[in-house]
Amino acid sequence: MQTDDRSAMRAKFARPAEQPKHSGMSRRSLLATAALLITTSGATARVVTKVLPWRPNEAYPVTPVVPGGWLFFTADEAAVVDAIVDRLIPTDELGPGAKDSGVTTFIDRQLMGPYGGHDWLYMQGPFADKPLPTQGLQSPLTPRQQYRQGLAALTAYCKANFGGHAFADLSNDDKDKLLAGMEKGDVKFEGFSSRMLFSTVYANTMEGYFADPIYGGNKDMAGWKLIGFPGVRYDYRDVMDNPNKTYTLPPVALQGRSAWGAR
Amino acid sequence: MSSIVKQIATLRPRYLLALALLAMPSAALADSDNYVDVARGKALVTAGDCVACHTAPGGTPFAGGLALQTPFGAIMTPNITPDNATGIGSWSADDFARAMHEGKRPGGTRLYPAFPYTYYTKVTRADSDAIFAYLRSLDPVSNTVNRNTLPFPFNIRSSMSAWNALFFTPGVFKPDPNKSEEFNRGAYLVEGLGHCGACHTPLNAFGANKSDKYLQGGQVDNWTAPNITNDARAGLGKWSVDDVVQYLKVGQARGVIASGPMKDVVENSTSKMSDADLKAMAVYLKERGATGSPAPSPVSADDGRMKVGEAIYVDTCSACHVRNGSGIEHVFPKLAGATIVAQDDPTSLIRIIIAGGRGAATDQRPTGPAMPSLGFRLNDEQIAAVVTYVRNSFGNAASPVTADAVKAVRGNVTGAAD
Amino acid sequence: MARRLPRKDVVIVGLGWTGSILALELARTGLNVVAIERGPWRDTAADFNIGTAPDELRYGVRHEMFLRPRQETMTMRNNSSQTALPIRKWGSFLPGNGVGGAGMHWNGQTWRFLPDDFRIRSHMTERYGEGILPEGNHIQDWPVSYDELEPFYDQFERCLGVSGKAGNLKGAIQAGGNRFEGARANEYPTPPMKQGYSQELFMKAASGMGLHPFPRPSANLSSAYTNQYGCSMAPCTYCGFCERFGCANSSKSSPQTCVLPALVREPTFEARTECEVMKVNLTGDGKMATGVTYVDANGEEWEQPADLVLVCAFSIFNVRLLLLSGIGKPYDAAKDEGVVGRNYAYQTGSGSTAFFEDAKFNPFAAAGSLGCALDDYNSDNFDHGPHGFVGGASITNAYTNGRPIMYHPTPKGTPTWGSAWKKAVHETYQRVTSVGAQGSVMSYRANYIDLDPTYKDPLGRPLMRITFDYQENERKMANFMAERCEEIAKAMGAKTATINRLNGPWSVIPYQTTHNTGGTVMGSDPTTSVLNRYLQSWDVPNVFVTGASAFPQNAGYNPTGTVGALTYWALDAILNKYLKSPGALVQK
Repeated sequence: MQTDDRSAMRAKFARPAEQPKHSGMSRRSLLATAALLITTSGATARVVTKVLPWRPNEAYPVTPVVPGGWLFFTADEAAVVDAIVDRLIPTDELGPGAKDSGVTTFIDRQLMGPYGGHDWLYMQGPFADKPLPTQGLQSPLTPRQQYRQGLAALTAYCKANFGGHAFADLSNDDKDKLLAGMEKGDVKFEGFSSRMLFSTVYANTMEGYFADPIYGGNKDMAGWKLIGFPGVRYDYRDVMDNPNKTYTLPPVALQGRSAWGAR
Repeated sequence: MSSIVKQIATLRPRYLLALALLAMPSAALADSDNYVDVARGKALVTAGDCVACHTAPGGTPFAGGLALQTPFGAIMTPNITPDNATGIGSWSADDFARAMHEGKRPGGTRLYPAFPYTYYTKVTRADSDAIFAYLRSLDPVSNTVNRNTLPFPFNIRSSMSAWNALFFTPGVFKPDPNKSEEFNRGAYLVEGLGHCGACHTPLNAFGANKSDKYLQGGQVDNWTAPNITNDARAGLGKWSVDDVVQYLKVGQARGVIASGPMKDVVENSTSKMSDADLKAMAVYLKERGATGSPAPSPVSADDGRMKVGEAIYVDTCSACHVRNGSGIEHVFPKLAGATIVAQDDPTSLIRIIIAGGRGAATDQRPTGPAMPSLGFRLNDEQIAAVVTYVRNSFGNAASPVTADAVKAVRGNVTGAAD
Repeated sequence: MARRLPRKDVVIVGLGWTGSILALELARTGLNVVAIERGPWRDTAADFNIGTAPDELRYGVRHEMFLRPRQETMTMRNNSSQTALPIRKWGSFLPGNGVGGAGMHWNGQTWRFLPDDFRIRSHMTERYGEGILPEGNHIQDWPVSYDELEPFYDQFERCLGVSGKAGNLKGAIQAGGNRFEGARANEYPTPPMKQGYSQELFMKAASGMGLHPFPRPSANLSSAYTNQYGCSMAPCTYCGFCERFGCANSSKSSPQTCVLPALVREPTFEARTECEVMKVNLTGDGKMATGVTYVDANGEEWEQPADLVLVCAFSIFNVRLLLLSGIGKPYDAAKDEGVVGRNYAYQTGSGSTAFFEDAKFNPFAAAGSLGCALDDYNSDNFDHGPHGFVGGASITNAYTNGRPIMYHPTPKGTPTWGSAWKKAVHETYQRVTSVGAQGSVMSYRANYIDLDPTYKDPLGRPLMRITFDYQENERKMANFMAERCEEIAKAMGAKTATINRLNGPWSVIPYQTTHNTGGTVMGSDPTTSVLNRYLQSWDVPNVFVTGASAFPQNAGYNPTGTVGALTYWALDAILNKYLKSPGALVQK
């Protein structure tokens, strides 16, 4: 696919004109908190001689995501994503699932960063129509495009096959059946691969559920608590000295934990 | 005759005499065109660490232009290369000696004691001449420095005469006949060119060192300069002479790693001094007596700040400083029983968490381990808690730290609130 | 139009392990050395800050420390009948970027190849007859022996402070070490790491089966250490953020901890970062290098003349640079002629996943090289006769990490999502371990690197094209190893153990290993090698090429230990032979 076609596609599936409502927060302030990754680190010294470079206050943290509102998704799109991730990892007796842990917020903010545009990937053409299964990702579609087009295709599919209903309105059974079909590639959407949408949402859900809470998901370290992952604590010499024992310290994230006092 | 005796016999007499003079700082005779004097001057300039202040960041050494932060404003260090228009090219050896001994420029205007003439006054005339000879041997560098940067009323230099009357007694070092030669050599270096007291002594409201608190600790540039009397708790009492020598020579000893301004002192000055001189300084510091305040009662482990501090320490500090504060030799400073932790002034501990810091790097120990900057990660309350925890754990006992104190330091080292 | 800079004695392309070691040692002799690195400077406190480093999404998943495919990637296909397509997103391997190179983001597994590995062709032929060698192979003896390299392995291990237990000291087998290893002159610089519960079970089970397990040699240090350059390191805290990450507490050996602090102090050394070398420049007759041309961060082109050019980029990038520079005859697979790009190889991975009824393995307490291994099935340590393959594997039980985005295992048959998945994830995390086999890959006519005819990098230069697949020999070997792993897993007390075979063609999608080898192989015969035994180009004597691209084929181990040894070996030749009398060190 040539570059012209891609920009035409982008224009065709661009975000609708309606402005989302962000419960009082300005879009600019939310954008500032989208946990955009700093793309260069340590790049202060181009030529190095005589001494190791050092400056005070030099660190490259990500900006913490502030939840609330959407920067990429429309309210409707967010509702669909919420409904999907809620089935992928439901809230149950083992604790909060993906939706309640903020995974949709995670995905929304990730799409605004370099991941969303595949900024770091090799996106030069030509793009092959029929790559070998061993050749991996060959689509020119960025994650932003995949969500925009994929969610629209899913919505259209549900309207056509479930009596005009949205995905979020389906029964849990119907949702699960549909998702299972998408996962296998058995469901045919109009103009978009259902399998591609499923695999992207699935991958982002795992990321959002288990990534550091600073990115907007894994709220209160719910994902980490599910498996007993202690987070960013960096010293386990005591664990090595006490093999086959239950680890009892609560998990800690980049922004700390409750025992660090309120931030 | 043996070959060595033959070699000595063929040396010109003035070199022979100068060789003898190398060991005798108080001898007469200095010749600014004489290689030996210039070389001797270079060693003295190293001891005095002139380059540290008289060099702007990224600038030519000794050409001045560094903004020295004082409680009264910033003072720009002058150009001491022998440039006629902008440096000391037109100065005589007498002019230079007067600057060192009396704090006066040619023509009589006064220098601010940011130039530590209150210490350099102890330097012998011969050594002053040797330093001057070395500076004259540098390439002249044209660099105009604005010497009037202090705000009113501090820009009135003549007011220094009152200050000097109160706080300055000029006079060359006089050895104490009751002490060893080594002690006196150490005293000469520490009290004179070393000007250690300039940082390691508290200042009064007029910016003068409190002479009754000499070497009991001070603050410079938002770093704590610790007590370096022989006090067991807060000073060098637990250090051996060898520890002190080691610290000055390679920037680390007994789990302590020089950082901040002391890193520069080690790298530019003490690591390049002779072992004999370093030992003399160590002997002086260890033998001149101990003064320090007694330990406070440690803050209880149940205190809320200690609990918060412990959680932070366990989660993130212990990976380097170890759960029991023992540190890792050559890489991560020891916190248990550490002198810097015991100081009344916690500024270094606070600022190094906020801004990070790099330890001294020398040829023997090139690593220069660096503390990462964590000001972005911990707020004022959290830093206050973890510093309080460190100051009162592992056998340590020192005053707790407030969030307000952290906020003030943060403002100084980052120019930003958290 | 490139502007010419003042001449340097030595220009080094790439400032990773090999580049930094060569830079330090050569600068120490007073030579003017400039290292040109296309990535950024990286330093522990700023870039591996403990408040930012343990971030799986950022470094483990989004690959922040690695080369961006946008800047350079390669195309791949499994065989010559297919059309190669770009690797648009890293999967199978992760090329590094920036000062420190792969040595910054690696796991720290530091091995010596076994003595037989260096003459595997002769050895296998002698023992089993030439018929055992696989069809279409390009297996070649190395032009150096283990004994020749031994002192240089030692030098590299001392630079890193590798933690381990010697198994063969000067010919005497030592308890607690690897009885199969080549004889060593010295013990490891630091003792073995602490091992975990899973390793306890592995050691017991394997020993009980008559195998010979030992703690794996590790560049995650067991104790504080200062190396021969005066650089100091701290002991590992088993944080589980090793590979893909910079180490926040200076306990993983890297150029940052082991070399750079001493290197920058050398007055005749300069590093230029964010500058990409476009090519090595040659005289008109192509017989000598005159220096390199590079592009800086502002897009300006510069020519850096130098007397000696050391190509120290990562293995595959060495190959591409030689192809783009016209050094050596490019390999033509159709004709089986030429050398640059020939004998590309990789690594096999197979094994067994072991599920336990009850265990608290605490997989998050981990380190890149934590683990126990056994070499009973490596190299030719076992009878290949009945099996019909060549090569072998090191078998290991280890936890390099327990990071949850990429590691949340479930038993076979578990749904991939939903409440049942959630329950399985919750119950399994603490109860699963694995026994893995990392195996050799021989060289074949079928596997090679050349330049792609279609795809280009942002500077307009052709990408390289990798044509590679696992051959029948490697599948047989890897699957044999998987069965051995399953036996061990069962003996460890696993309730169930899977057999994870090497199935299907090589795919770029899942991560396997960044052990790309070959392409500029060293040899005794210029018609089948690019470099002589001193890593010197046969064609251009003032060009040396370090890295795993020199391996004639790969053995059953991580390459870095051997890469390091070859670097010190080549350095020795440069210092004692080449600099005294520049020119070809080996006659063609």
